[in-house]
Amino acid sequence: MSYITGVGLTSYGKHEGLTSLDLMSKAAELAISDAGLKRSEVDGVLCGYSTVSPHIMLATVFAEHFGIKPAYAHAVQVGGATGLAMTMLAHTLVDAGAVKHVLCVAGENRLTGQSRDAAIVALAQVGHPDYEVPLGPTIPAYYGLVASRYMHEYGVTEEDLAEFAVLMRRHALTHPGAQFHEPISVADVMASRPVASPLKLLDCCPVSDGGAAVIISREPTNAARVRIRGCAQAHTHQHVTAAPALSELGAEIAIAKAKANSGVEISDVRYAAVYDSFTITLAMLLEDLGLAKRGEAAARVRSGHFNRDGAMPLNTHGGLLSYGHCGVGGAMAHLVETQLQMTGRAGNRQVRDASLALLHGDGGVLSSHVSMFLERAR
Amino acid sequence: MTKPADWTGGHEAILYQSCGACGKAQYFRRGFCAACGSSDLAEKRASGKGKIYATSVVMRAATPETRAHVPYNIVLVDAAEGFRMMAHGANDLRIGDAVTARFAQFAGRLVPYFEK
Repeated sequence: MSYITGVGLTSYGKHEGLTSLDLMSKAAELAISDAGLKRSEVDGVLCGYSTVSPHIMLATVFAEHFGIKPAYAHAVQVGGATGLAMTMLAHTLVDAGAVKHVLCVAGENRLTGQSRDAAIVALAQVGHPDYEVPLGPTIPAYYGLVASRYMHEYGVTEEDLAEFAVLMRRHALTHPGAQFHEPISVADVMASRPVASPLKLLDCCPVSDGGAAVIISREPTNAARVRIRGCAQAHTHQHVTAAPALSELGAEIAIAKAKANSGVEISDVRYAAVYDSFTITLAMLLEDLGLAKRGEAAARVRSGHFNRDGAMPLNTHGGLLSYGHCGVGGAMAHLVETQLQMTGRAGNRQVRDASLALLHGDGGVLSSHVSMFLERAR
Repeated sequence: MTKPADWTGGHEAILYQSCGACGKAQYFRRGFCAACGSSDLAEKRASGKGKIYATSVVMRAATPETRAHVPYNIVLVDAAEGFRMMAHGANDLRIGDAVTARFAQFAGRLVPYFEK
């Protein structure tokens, strides 16, 4: 048994002058306070990585900086799936009785701590150093390849993909912490600057500064009763060259395992938090997870299905596409928002019923997947 | 392992490994077959014939060297020999096109370049 007892999230965008450790500390402080704990009660620390300030022992660097002496601490690295992977590990650790309260924390000054080119170059290194990187691909190009194939096989159009950017932006407009506050239309997405076909600028998440943290505890520490019901991972490849067929990607494997080990069906889900580094990522994952039929996710966006007041509210904070993406913290914002929704604390973004949520993270180029079900316990 | 005599080492060739035990072709070179673990691998030279699996034309590159080549098409090619590879291709290539490799200079390196 494990509970998400505290959450902390900074605004995403520019945090001039703050380091990765500063942003991690801010988020950690918020999450610990939200859980009603003292720093000294946190006996486990899991952290992600910072591309701006790489370190071989980031968890202990953070623990020293933050002023805690955990009984268990290390970093976790699975790209964009890291946040949910840390949460899954924390769940396992507290469930096994190894520790009582695990702080999962990430933060990075990815936007102001380096040039945009440096960020793009650093991220492109998820490609194969000998067989891919010399060809000059970028992360949008890796996903552009996947998008071209997905559109070819399932008849998805660029206008379909644009719908996801518009939806995420609409949600972000209601969150003061989001990086973007200007509404966009499908026409705006279509007219935005080409980056790597078929993806245009507004199909891509931004580079952001920000921090996010959650506390996973063995027992509730406050009124929040958000329980991890089940989770599972799948890792089918690292490099897009070695990716399996679209029908054999890891999201389908992970969700099948999570459904089996939790007894949850997709029809039970009331709120969805799905990784959205690019519009294609969100479109594919929604369909892989069974939240829409193959090739029909965009139609569901158009019909309002994923709106805040729709049948399956999705990323009500605006997702990576519009809340922002600061690396590991990026997708942890999805988790923070989900916990806020499940505890009725999402304010003007509050959905009617978030009693059972599905979260899904993806790292690399659809390489690493984590699916997770959260439920509100009585 | 020694440096392969293929494009990754500056030679005008695409090499792959063929497993003597399970018959699988693999493109990323290593000392064993990733499918079955056998070390019975033969290094072979690919014909350069293949079919386009996916494409993405890069319009926004990240370094001055690569920016000089924009737009350039990153393609995934299913080689006739049964492996998939990343390469460059003509900008008008479409999924399913039958293609043949030549070699081109890109950002100071030799890279495989596919065209119809």
